[in-house]
Amino acid sequence: MAYSNKVLDHYENPRNVGTFSKGSEDVGTGMVGAPACGDVMKLQIKVGANGVIEDAKFKTYGCGSAIASSSLVTEWVKGKTLDEALNIRNTDIAEELALPPVKIHCSILAEDAIKAAVNDYRQKHDSK
Amino acid sequence: MTQLKFPIYLDYSATTPVDPRVAEAMIPYLTEHFGNPASRSHSFGWTAEHAVEDARAQVAALVNCDPKEIIWTSGATESDNLAIKGAAQFYKSRGQHIITVKTEHKAVLDTCRELERQGFEVTYLPVLDNGLIDIEAFKAALRPDTILVSVMLVNNEIGVIQDIVQIGDICREKGIVFHVDAAQATGKVHIDLEALKVDLMSFSAHKTYGPKGIGALYIRRKPRVRLEAQMHGGGHERGFRSGTLATHQIVGMGEAFRLAREEMDAENERILGLRNRLWQGLSDIEEVYLNGDLAARVAHNLNVSFNFVEGESLIMAIKELAVSSGSACTSASLEPSYVLRALGRNDELAHSSIRFTIGRFTTEAEIDFAIKLLHEKIGKLRELSPLWEMFKDGVDLNTVEWAAH
Repeated sequence: MAYSNKVLDHYENPRNVGTFSKGSEDVGTGMVGAPACGDVMKLQIKVGANGVIEDAKFKTYGCGSAIASSSLVTEWVKGKTLDEALNIRNTDIAEELALPPVKIHCSILAEDAIKAAVNDYRQKHDSK
Repeated sequence: MTQLKFPIYLDYSATTPVDPRVAEAMIPYLTEHFGNPASRSHSFGWTAEHAVEDARAQVAALVNCDPKEIIWTSGATESDNLAIKGAAQFYKSRGQHIITVKTEHKAVLDTCRELERQGFEVTYLPVLDNGLIDIEAFKAALRPDTILVSVMLVNNEIGVIQDIVQIGDICREKGIVFHVDAAQATGKVHIDLEALKVDLMSFSAHKTYGPKGIGALYIRRKPRVRLEAQMHGGGHERGFRSGTLATHQIVGMGEAFRLAREEMDAENERILGLRNRLWQGLSDIEEVYLNGDLAARVAHNLNVSFNFVEGESLIMAIKELAVSSGSACTSASLEPSYVLRALGRNDELAHSSIRFTIGRFTTEAEIDFAIKLLHEKIGKLRELSPLWEMFKDGVDLNTVEWAAH
């Protein structure tokens, strides 16, 4: 698979790898994909009192473009409000990383991971 | 220690380099002895014909058959097509049923699919979890109208060796034509067509240090097996396969098979040592699984699943090594390896598999480098893997409800 330099850079030097405590009040966790399909992304956001995403972390099982897509997303969501984060589109991710057509599903998965993380955070807070 | 050259080639089952001795033998037939072997009216043709017949004898010698039983093709895919379609179409008045195996090469499986479209019925036998055929299941699949059985000798992905002796005996007793794809077997296992009850056998040059674009089909004469030709034209190769013979390619295949016959015993012993060294070096990594039987296996192959690490990303991480993977992401179809799935491996393990195939030019230093690199990179990718984290936290991944996409 011939990848762009941006994919290779994120793959070689993934940003924000790690895990926040899932139970923390200020953390939203999204896990999408399935091992059977060959990719699973876990995206976590840490949200400040002002509703802005302060920090993000990821872990991904998947191909190079899945790892790069989730690494990129952790950079992009930081400093955004939840609504702004939800506005990130898979096409933006695919374009930024110049993903080949067969890898577009990796960018869709990354968009889904953002949605899942935001939903998780909102559910924690709405239920109060 | 000699300087390593990167990337290190560990994909000898995909193809092999042409042995320099083979290349040297081929060159005169491109420039000097360029005649058409079918030309009967001058010495250019005679010289070429002589070279073609020498090569035929060399190929026959490796597999212990009569040179008259060997015909040239463009490769094992064409040989498989000619053998399976040719026999099915010739013997269709006897019956319509064909048996093959789920782990066969696509050249066999897709040919069988095509015959299904033509009205034949095909049974795709499952394999045991070690990749081998269950002989009882094979016997149970036989029908009175079975006309053809096709089983590979050595599997291209996992390197397991099927018991073609027993299957051949059963086929012969019942008068069923038996085809064997031996593309991955030449120079790796001894083949004795005088003793084996095999009617048709496919060969390829480029898996055995010969050139690409040339192969052969063995067609038994006693008892005689008949085929319907798939390529029509000038009636070359006794009408089985028309088309001007590629003299230089044929010379290359002959020389490659001659070298295989002379050197295979010593070579296989050396390669087995390297393969065992590699497996020993990798098997101490946690959650590593060997795919396919270890004993009934060629020395050259090691197919391993590194659980919780996806194959394509692993291949990217070990870019100093040229290997292949059963992962979906390395295939055009986005489906994980059908061979590993046929062993009952779950999709995760199929996605996590790497095939290492060792060959004539692999060195001990290369194997040691590969072991060290894999230890490093598996650790790095598992740090990145949410599945590894869950596994380490004691989560049973089979109980998780995944959002499949």
